[in-house]
Amino acid sequence: MKPTHHLSDEWLIDYAAGAAPEPVSVLVATHLALCPDCRASYRRLEAIGGALLEVASPVAVGAAARESVLARLDDPVPIPAAMPTPPANFPSQLPRPLRDYVPNGLAALSWQRLGRGAAIAWLRCASTTPYKMLMLRIAAGGSVPRHTHRGNELVLVLQGAYVDHLGRFGPGDVAIADDSIDHRPIADKGEDCFCLAVVDAPIRFTGVFSRLLNPLLRR
Amino acid sequence: MPSDMQHVNQRHAERRLAGEGAPRLPAGLAAAALAGPAKAPVETGVWAESTIDPDRFAALLKAVAAKRDRAAFATLFDHFAPRVKAYLIRLRTEPAVAEELMQEVMLTVWRRADGYDPTRAGVATWIFTIARNRRIDTARRDRRPELDPSDPALTPEPSPLADAVVLAGEWEQRIASAIGELPPEQAQMLRLAYFEDRSHSDIAALLHLPMGTVKSRLRLAIGRLRSKFENVP
Repeated sequence: MKPTHHLSDEWLIDYAAGAAPEPVSVLVATHLALCPDCRASYRRLEAIGGALLEVASPVAVGAAARESVLARLDDPVPIPAAMPTPPANFPSQLPRPLRDYVPNGLAALSWQRLGRGAAIAWLRCASTTPYKMLMLRIAAGGSVPRHTHRGNELVLVLQGAYVDHLGRFGPGDVAIADDSIDHRPIADKGEDCFCLAVVDAPIRFTGVFSRLLNPLLRR
Repeated sequence: MPSDMQHVNQRHAERRLAGEGAPRLPAGLAAAALAGPAKAPVETGVWAESTIDPDRFAALLKAVAAKRDRAAFATLFDHFAPRVKAYLIRLRTEPAVAEELMQEVMLTVWRRADGYDPTRAGVATWIFTIARNRRIDTARRDRRPELDPSDPALTPEPSPLADAVVLAGEWEQRIASAIGELPPEQAQMLRLAYFEDRSHSDIAALLHLPMGTVKSRLRLAIGRLRSKFENVP
């Protein structure tokens, strides 16, 4: 089934232009794998890069550089490093852009509980940007405690579905939240909901009891 | 938007960038980011007229893939190598490194020519993606996970992209001619994103613009360009 909540142009442009920080690239590339509509838009955004390349005033290339390239055309082609084979129990539904970040499957991540119905696991990434990447698991029928955001939050549903006041989000859907949104996502009863989230500032719990969770998320 | 408004905004941004404490970037970089946008939509000396001939480039690349045609490759090299080098230099790559990376990009064009799919991208676009990825590998700590068209987890296209098939190469041409017609403040957004490595949040910080303004300018620019590939006779 095709997603119904899409990434907006500015996020696709960041990735097409090559300006997106790594966590954002992971989320955008994963959404693209799941969303044929955004793939079509994305191809056109890459074409803007091609057009800009075309209209950029050329910078002269030395004759030596030209000769050097032409002389190397018959050189043996370096063999790219093979992709590591995922373990047998690896969830095959995870799109490829995400796999390196969850090398041993979702179950092997170090999950931290977030109230009774949810858990998070931070994903490692070398990026030095303020963006952090995490997996969110909402148990079937469970919820994430009410919270708001100090910055941007992008959430991509990978499996299952959840509902909040903005609507229902199923596999491939992206929710884009900022500090104007205070919400409490609730997962469908049928199955656990797994999401990839990217945040550029700590989220803040606003419920009476869940405020106690805030120190957990300072990272 | 009336052009005097743009100039007011532009002057405003420049004043802020020139002001104390405002630029978090070295003054030269900030100035470089602003050089031009205040002038004409097409910056003389920086942006050239488009000379895209999509069919010709695609035919040359096909000859490279099918026949290992060196003369065809040399023609592509002479056209694209100076543009790839210009792209890398705009992205603050040292000229010597830019020349080195450009060579690797052009060798990749030779080696991967058989992977080029004319229904997905024009030749300039395909070469842009190679240069973009090569630069990220070299210049940034950030990795860039790529979309893999053969990924079994990929949600398939609903139907063959019949219209896209004909047009991929033509988009470039239409966009290239339309970019010069964009209002300067919209063209500036695209340049900062594609040629200066600025995400939309970075652009807002750099130009001291509200995020909403950056988003709306980007969306307006894309909307205008989109009308170019959708209004096809």
